[in-house]
Amino acid sequence: MSLEQEVELIRQFPIFSKIAPAMQKLLCFGSERLTYDPGQVMIHVGDAADAAFVIIDGSVEVSVPTPRGTVVVNTSGKNEIVGEIGIFGDMRRTATVTAVTKVEVLRISKDLFMNVVRQNPDAAIELIKILATRLANTTQQLIKSSTAPK
Amino acid sequence: MEAKAPPMERSLFGYIIRYSKRDQLLIVPLVFVSMVLYFLSLDLPKTIINEPIQGKRFPDPESSVAFLNIVLRLPEFLGGDWRLFNGFVLERMPYLFALALAFLGLIVANGGLKYQINTMKGWMGERMLRRLRYALFDHILRFPLARFRRVKSAELATMIKDEVEPLGGFVGEALITPLMLGGQALTALLFILYQHIYLGMIALGMVAVQAVIIPKMRRRLLTLAKQRQLTARQLAGRIAEVSDGAVEIHAHDTSNFERADIAARLGRMFRIRFEFFQRKFMIKFLNNFLSQMTPFLFYSIGGYLVIVGKLDIGALVAVIAAYKDLPTPVKELIDWDQQRLDVQIKYTQVMEQFMVENLAPPEQQAVIERPPLPQQGTICATNLSLVDESGNKVVDGVSFEVDLACHVAVVGRADSGRSELAQLLARLLPPSSGTVTMGGIDITRAPEAVTGRALAYVGSSSYLFPVSVRENLLYALKHRPVREAVYEGEVLREREFQLREALRTGGTSLDIGADWIDYDSAGVVNAEELENCILDVLKVVELEEPLFERGLRSAVEPARSAELRDRLLVAREAMRERLASLDMQDWVERFDPARYNRNATLAENLLFGAPVGKAFDVDNLGSNAYVAQVLDETGLTADLLGVGHQLAGTMVELFSDLPPGHEFFERFAFIRHEDLPNVKAILARVAEFGLTGIDAADRSQLLALPFKLISARHRLGLIDEALEGRVLEARRYFATRLPERLRRSVEFFDPTRYTSAASLQDNILFGKIVSGQADASQRIGELLRQVLEELGLRPLVVKIGLDYQVGVAGARLSVAERQKVALARAILKRPAVLILDQALGVLDPASQAIVGDRIIEHRRSGGIIWVLQRADAAQQARHVLVLEHGRLVEQGVFDELKRNGSALNRLLKEG
Repeated sequence: MSLEQEVELIRQFPIFSKIAPAMQKLLCFGSERLTYDPGQVMIHVGDAADAAFVIIDGSVEVSVPTPRGTVVVNTSGKNEIVGEIGIFGDMRRTATVTAVTKVEVLRISKDLFMNVVRQNPDAAIELIKILATRLANTTQQLIKSSTAPK
Repeated sequence: MEAKAPPMERSLFGYIIRYSKRDQLLIVPLVFVSMVLYFLSLDLPKTIINEPIQGKRFPDPESSVAFLNIVLRLPEFLGGDWRLFNGFVLERMPYLFALALAFLGLIVANGGLKYQINTMKGWMGERMLRRLRYALFDHILRFPLARFRRVKSAELATMIKDEVEPLGGFVGEALITPLMLGGQALTALLFILYQHIYLGMIALGMVAVQAVIIPKMRRRLLTLAKQRQLTARQLAGRIAEVSDGAVEIHAHDTSNFERADIAARLGRMFRIRFEFFQRKFMIKFLNNFLSQMTPFLFYSIGGYLVIVGKLDIGALVAVIAAYKDLPTPVKELIDWDQQRLDVQIKYTQVMEQFMVENLAPPEQQAVIERPPLPQQGTICATNLSLVDESGNKVVDGVSFEVDLACHVAVVGRADSGRSELAQLLARLLPPSSGTVTMGGIDITRAPEAVTGRALAYVGSSSYLFPVSVRENLLYALKHRPVREAVYEGEVLREREFQLREALRTGGTSLDIGADWIDYDSAGVVNAEELENCILDVLKVVELEEPLFERGLRSAVEPARSAELRDRLLVAREAMRERLASLDMQDWVERFDPARYNRNATLAENLLFGAPVGKAFDVDNLGSNAYVAQVLDETGLTADLLGVGHQLAGTMVELFSDLPPGHEFFERFAFIRHEDLPNVKAILARVAEFGLTGIDAADRSQLLALPFKLISARHRLGLIDEALEGRVLEARRYFATRLPERLRRSVEFFDPTRYTSAASLQDNILFGKIVSGQADASQRIGELLRQVLEELGLRPLVVKIGLDYQVGVAGARLSVAERQKVALARAILKRPAVLILDQALGVLDPASQAIVGDRIIEHRRSGGIIWVLQRADAAQQARHVLVLEHGRLVEQGVFDELKRNGSALNRLLKEG
């Protein structure tokens, strides 16, 4: 897949859809196109968050270590983006992401991602929407778990 | 064999007479002969004019005269005149020519003599310069270390290199010139006096005026010369400071301060030099005037004398000819005097810098083949004290005795004198009082042949020489030439000549061409064992791994690669098999003569080899004539022009809005920010005239762009399969038609051959790690290591890493690595006592612990004196010395000393 196809792909993401075509192209050009084999770890919990991953093909699972062992909390697949929130806070990765199948990704480095958001208010607003949705979800879950019978 | 240290003289003339008396005396007779010839050449013209020309002795046309009748005029009581030779009888015309020829002969003979004298002077001067330079360098080697804190290295270099240079020239002149010129002037003067007493008096008077006035005017010049020398030396020192302090200058934005400082210095130098030249030219003018004055007097008074018949014309012409020669020697004599004073000043100023108290006596650095070294016994310090320059007692009456092989820790606060104690024990500082003996040998008085082998000192930051890591390690083994070099034929004669000259000028006879590596000192018998020993030592200081890395990344010199080639080709094959067995063969795209490598640049695909030198460097491909020919002949030019055009368009589109200096310009090195406007202009011209319509300069710029393109990495889709096929064709064409003169500029990839121009790692992979595979380079790196380890090639790679050039003062190594090299250097020579003065301070805490433990383990049977920054590290030592304000306040076993209330306890609490 060439650069042009990658640009087509990321245009489908709300965060990137409204930014200028040249910027989209630069984003793809400046990113790394990587292949992961099944079982290969993309993100290690505890590592510094230095990039976001756009999944072009394949599926991944998101897991967190708990005292009772590793628990898979989510799976993601084609045309999804993972690891994008972590790079906005200077925090460590909170989960591990592992390739389940052979996975093709576009690895967008933290600097590049930040640059895009800084120059495109629309992208920033999209990002806030995502954050707001996630916050709402988390709040819901908290309410659920605190009111659940012991 | 001994390196005799030449003593220095305070006065230049003392020095010259001392070392060149014999050579100078050899020239004196030549000078005298030259004077006689000179006198004759002055006298002859008079005879020529008076006799054949004016016909004095030819009263009628048939008269003849005896030529060359030599009569020795002796007083009557010795028998009167004694005719030696009757001469040839010649008529007037032949007599004229005979005399003229005799005159020519005299001139030639005198010229030859002068040539001989000048050559001898030259030899003498160069020998003296050599002697002086060597002696000064010898002094530097014998300076007490404290001296180096006060004198700038650049100033030392300037003094030896530049400031003594005129001294060499002067030595040849020192005695001969006054003799020669004085003789010449005196001869001319005597000649004039002999011709006519009044004319002689006039000449004498003018010379006297010159000789008195000019030197007076020159006195100021001397002061200026002195200032000129000092300011120039200081300038050299300042320039060195700026280069040493470059980091500070940039970190504090003081470059303009430095500019102002240098400008001020240059201004001062300008003033001095300007005044100097002004005065010099003034003196020149006066000098010339005085010289021209005399002929005026000669013409008027001499002419008058001829007219009234008191002087014959021949004599007048001869006097004027003689006078023509008089001002020059007088002027040169005055010049010589000026030079003498000037050089004397230079000499004195240089000597002041080199006359140092506490200069080590030459015996201390004498070459000793097998010096007595401490074998067993104790280290015994008695009442050891050191008073610093300001009179403080930095080390105060320290006495202790421990076994030679004991591991001793020295602890104390930073100002406790711990470092000074270490340097006293290493005999780098001479104690103000007290002694140190080791195994019964008095270390404070022993020659360096003993201390430099029995002791090894590593301070907190060590100096590395700008050679390879290996040479830096071996440096500590080069105490004396161990195996003489064998010379023959021309080389032998040259060596003998050099040796003769060296000995003649007080130099050393030791041969730098000999093998200086003392295997004995490292406890081995040959070079091979030494290499293994070095590998062990590298492991002790944790330097093996970094050197392994460096070895992988470096290209092996062709000379060395012969032995390695086959073994590394085995590794290449093993690596290929390993990748295949792990189903990872796709992780490395191997170079295949018949395939386009999408993970390599277009340039690499075209050359299918590694460029050697500049001709086929990727930056020069676009402008290389042969490459242009290949592209034209294979029809690639139009294709690549198209790719270049598209690439230029993409770059302009993508990068136009990026700020200058954005990392992308670096990462995708197709284009620089400052080139963007130019590329835009080219694109505009292409839009107007088409790709075929643009001029050659634009074309070559576009053509140069795609060479760095890596299809797999840049994903621009610019190189399709059809184009790949044509590049392969061009690749074959490139190789088969490569002209002879370019054969050495590229080393083609060959699966069965080792490529010397490529790094070791590239040679083993023989391909490119694919860019799209996550974590590929890391995992391939691990596999590579495994393979090399299994094949037993790791030591080989480390040895190649040992060839790494460390740069000026080791700047190409990290600070920690530099220190590790210094540690390895100290350990390698197996000293009886290893003295470490906070030597691990620059390592990170984890490495400090590991390297510390390994050194202790490695030196199980050898002594260590270890000055520690942190007191808690002392528990590994068998004996602990606790210092406070230069005094040894406690000593003993760590566990006993650490009890409450002790000095060690206080130190431990401070942390």
